[in-house]
Amino acid sequence: MIVKKTPRRLAIDGDAVVKEALRRVEMPSRRLFLRRSLTLGGLSLLTGCAIVDEDSVENALMKVSRFNDKVQAWLFDPKQLAPTYPESMITRPFPFNAYYGEDEIRQADAESFRLEVAGMVADKRAWTLAELRALPQTDQVTRHICVEGWSAIGKWGGVTFSSFLARVGADTSARYVGFKCADDYYTSIDMPTALHPQTQLTLSYDGQTLPPRYGFPMKLRMPTKLGYKSPKHIQAIFVTNTYPGGYWEDQGYNWFGGS
Amino acid sequence: MTDDTRPIHPAWLRVTHWLNALAVVILATSGWRIYNASPFFDFKFANSITLGGWLAGAIQWHFAAMWLLAANGLVYLLCNAGTGRLWTKFFPLSPRAIVADLFDALRGRLPHADLRRYNAVQRAAYLFVILDAVLLVLSGLVLWKSVQFPLLRELMGGYESARRVHFFAMAAMVAFVAVHLAMVALVPRTLLAMIRGR
Repeated sequence: MIVKKTPRRLAIDGDAVVKEALRRVEMPSRRLFLRRSLTLGGLSLLTGCAIVDEDSVENALMKVSRFNDKVQAWLFDPKQLAPTYPESMITRPFPFNAYYGEDEIRQADAESFRLEVAGMVADKRAWTLAELRALPQTDQVTRHICVEGWSAIGKWGGVTFSSFLARVGADTSARYVGFKCADDYYTSIDMPTALHPQTQLTLSYDGQTLPPRYGFPMKLRMPTKLGYKSPKHIQAIFVTNTYPGGYWEDQGYNWFGGS
Repeated sequence: MTDDTRPIHPAWLRVTHWLNALAVVILATSGWRIYNASPFFDFKFANSITLGGWLAGAIQWHFAAMWLLAANGLVYLLCNAGTGRLWTKFFPLSPRAIVADLFDALRGRLPHADLRRYNAVQRAAYLFVILDAVLLVLSGLVLWKSVQFPLLRELMGGYESARRVHFFAMAAMVAFVAVHLAMVALVPRTLLAMIRGR
């Protein structure tokens, strides 16, 4: 395997700043479209009143999205398992999806890799890949559902996340578990989902070491959430009561993102 | 016993009708944008007729208007059943009567003198669209929360099947709206009745 070592970056670096700036530059076009979309047939009655501007509409929609987070947290049954499938139903090839193209997939070095654990945990010691692989492993063949609508069945193996959280002495009364990734992605989930029996710190795909395209050295797999809630190339896990947001969530995608 | 001061459509019906119309327009146009993110047929909807600007925006509209559709639909059904209107306006209804009225309608011989009375085709069409809206809500619930509603998911034939059910139920709703608007254009008094009640 070709391993290209890139310096670990957890603090803000030049690349990330440029990426963030580019992302923000893209946003006005979205606003422009929202303004345009408001004049569509059925909604022209709204604009006719001249009381609706795009910011207040956007704020109102964001509030409904926050409300939908609460409804989803309330609907979430920690004991309800996502369906599992026979291996014959695995989608081959399993689709690649990220906020970047396949030519930009990050390569990590297995030897020097350390998983950082931070926030409301008793043991903040960093983990090597070998240590994580030495923990009890489980497999699951479950359906991955993308926010775009498509779905695919895959086989993931790794450490049950609740047992990992127990091992590091996480305060499970905290509200959020956040993730920082080597591909500059970041996201966060609710504690009940973090403790769900099918939520997995994934180290393998279909019996093989998790390949870079699916998030080497590790990703979080949750069959109870949409794909964008699953961070790949995880570098740091932190437990917190402060809302950490997420890469797509901060741009308007629903935070809970559950299924 | 014609009482001319009584509105053709009670106020609650007119309010729920127009709120429903708003919800359907938002849900259909934002839904097309969501479909475009991952089409399962060999076509996409023109972005210019969709709502939301991009996928996240479309989802926000869709998941806001779903509350309007569901809450307003519930009020409509409760009022409809509670006042007995559901039974007096829509029944009796027989396939024979639907066919007979359909032929009359196609020959332009169906009378519309009394807007209070729905002909058999209207009864069938309105009942159909009520059931279609229920199907849209149920299949939508499976798409939104496929893990949390296992029974509903299996009834829809699984997640992927629920996507198709949701799509075809949308297509049926759009087809109903097209015919509905054409009929209103042919008998414009019905539009006034739905606005003013007379």
